[in-house]
Amino acid sequence: MATKSAPAENHPVETAGHEDVEHPSESKYWKIFWILFVITAVEVALYYWELPGNVNINNSALGLLAIAKFIVVVGYFMHLKFDSRLLRRLFVAGIILALIVYMIVLLSMGVFIAPPADRNSGFIGT
Amino acid sequence: MTAPAAIAHDPHGGHPTNTGLSNEKLTMWAFLGSECLLFGALISTYLLYKGRSVSGPLPEDVYDIPFTSASSFMLLMSSLTMVLSLAAIQRGDHRRLRLWLLATASLGGLFITGQIYEFTTFYREGLSLSTNLFGSTFFVLTGFHGVHVSLGILMLLSLFGLSMRGKLPTERAEAVEIAGLYWHFVDIVWIVIFTVVYLIP
Repeated sequence: MATKSAPAENHPVETAGHEDVEHPSESKYWKIFWILFVITAVEVALYYWELPGNVNINNSALGLLAIAKFIVVVGYFMHLKFDSRLLRRLFVAGIILALIVYMIVLLSMGVFIAPPADRNSGFIGT
Repeated sequence: MTAPAAIAHDPHGGHPTNTGLSNEKLTMWAFLGSECLLFGALISTYLLYKGRSVSGPLPEDVYDIPFTSASSFMLLMSSLTMVLSLAAIQRGDHRRLRLWLLATASLGGLFITGQIYEFTTFYREGLSLSTNLFGSTFFVLTGFHGVHVSLGILMLLSLFGLSMRGKLPTERAEAVEIAGLYWHFVDIVWIVIFTVVYLIP
């Protein structure tokens, strides 16, 4: 059974890549978790209490908060901020490819252009 | 030094591969990149058919946002326990590694239990895979995510079993890191699903 050692503030870890990458400390992980917790709480609050203005402002705020959470988890919990550039490129390439392909599909289907009620015309749905 | 010799004796502490990266880790990141396309397709299909169902039940009839929010918090918490288990094995603390692995698997299990409860509730309220376009796209998207979480739980329990039998030494910390990458990925996919499917009307 291994013994427990005191957690370092930022401990270097020998992982992939030609250099020792520094992973965040446990206390930093907890801080990141609380930030994510607060963002999620704000998201849920936005569902119930709409921001002044039209509904698009609320939806944009929800989208931006989700993107912020996504970046924080990928950057810190998945260590992509500290890892090799090649790994970052692999993952970002997947995201960009998915965004381009599906944006083209959704735009060509008029998803972001006409309201759903108008789009129903001529569409066979269940 | 010849090229093969340079690979075998990397002075920088990297892996003895052409890229200097662990092949397993590289493969996992490439796999996650491809998974973006899979979930991108499922989310796009949901968006494409959103608001096109001509008969109910519709999202506003069945969604229970407080319940789903609690499930989301559990999955978010499991990402923290996952990263704490990696930190534990990297400093050689195998007791904490097992504790955090078990906590992560348990939180994932609670999330899946919540999803099963949600699915059965929706079914009782008249929403099935073939009821309408909302039912089809919702169950396929969240179902695929649920399968991913379940596979992640199996990975975590396998690591827990290996550690119990002493077959997961500190030198194999990368196995925990790779499982962690997969686990965090299912969390980020849920971040998108929770916002796009549940919160944005």
